[in-house]
Amino acid sequence: MADKVEFELVSPERLLVSQGVDMVVVPGEEGDFGVLPGHALFLSGVRPGVIEIYDGDKISDRIFVAGGFAEVTGERCTVLAEEAVNLAEVERTTVEARIRDNEQAISIASPDEDVSSYRIDLGIGRALLEALENK
Amino acid sequence: MPSLKHLRVRINSVKATQKITSAMKMVAASKLRRAQEQAEAARPYVERMERMVSSIALTVAENDSASALLRGTDSDETHLLVVATSDRGLCGGFNASIVRAVRARISELEADKKTVKLFIIGRKGRDQLRREYGTKFLETRDGPGSIGFGYSDATEVARKLVELFDGKEFDVCTVVYNEFKTAMTQVVTFQQLIPFSPNTSADGINLDGAIYEFEPDEDAILEKLLPRNISVQIYHALLENGASEQGARMMAMDNATRNAGDMINKLSLTYNRTRQAMITKELIEIVSGAEAL
Repeated sequence: MADKVEFELVSPERLLVSQGVDMVVVPGEEGDFGVLPGHALFLSGVRPGVIEIYDGDKISDRIFVAGGFAEVTGERCTVLAEEAVNLAEVERTTVEARIRDNEQAISIASPDEDVSSYRIDLGIGRALLEALENK
Repeated sequence: MPSLKHLRVRINSVKATQKITSAMKMVAASKLRRAQEQAEAARPYVERMERMVSSIALTVAENDSASALLRGTDSDETHLLVVATSDRGLCGGFNASIVRAVRARISELEADKKTVKLFIIGRKGRDQLRREYGTKFLETRDGPGSIGFGYSDATEVARKLVELFDGKEFDVCTVVYNEFKTAMTQVVTFQQLIPFSPNTSADGINLDGAIYEFEPDEDAILEKLLPRNISVQIYHALLENGASEQGARMMAMDNATRNAGDMINKLSLTYNRTRQAMITKELIEIVSGAEAL
């Protein structure tokens, strides 16, 4: 397995990763999928979760993404994330604060107010916390 | 001949102006750096997104069920121009060049018997276009302001655009902005958003007729991806525009500072000449007075 997958992870703010990797596991909307060199053309939504980058048989990096899209071709895997952070850089307390803020915002919202954005953010926060616990 | 006092006041006022313009130049320069960094940081995302949507557009182009955002509405009767301008003036020909290009495009489209509607971002563009085309305004919005702006503002605009499109308000949507080349040159750019125009020249699109597999399914993905693409393109346009604005302002203020310097030199010369002339005149008066005795 001499070939590598050109893996790119970009968020609107910056380009996070652009490197050749042996394998990458992406949390697809309908389940995680691994990408090896020579993968078929594939396009998937990404749910909030952790992208695992493999170097050989070991995980070299774990990066949390808050949803987005992944495009896979034979030689390339591109993930367009809405938000992405390296799990090594996340503080547990800030995540907990984020969850709390959103829960509060939903609980005090009036019935006719649109809380869907808070709900989405809450989901992202919970997924992030879960990812932290499984580290 | 202006009096000495008059000249002195004038020199001081020009000096004060020069101080202001040179300070504004510095501010613009530092804002430019930030805006440029932001624009450059967003570029990879924009490029990847464009590549992704382009390759999808190529594979699903024949598909009739493809989303209207991708294909358009099969007509091009109503054009919507999204015009990105700045909120503040004092930036040289920045807004004027956009407005001029928009005017030219409007008369071109109207000559072809198309309907034109406008979506204006930024106070300056709104003020300059209101008198002539006020009836064509669909939406106006204040610009991103001076402190830069996040992706969420662009999403907001994109959401509004999709809503208008779904409401059959327009068939073709083009965004107009100043693309940042260098601090000195900005190029007015027209970019078509709806229907999507695939950028076939982008590298890496060589599918040999292969078809994408979609997960969950094609419609669900496109439904999410296309509005996202629009907000990304708007974000890109606004960032470029922001950097251009600061670049244009920096150049304008640089010129103003230099002009003020020239003016101070000229005024100082006149001031010194007048002063010497007066001294000479007074001496002559004293000497001729003494001689008369």
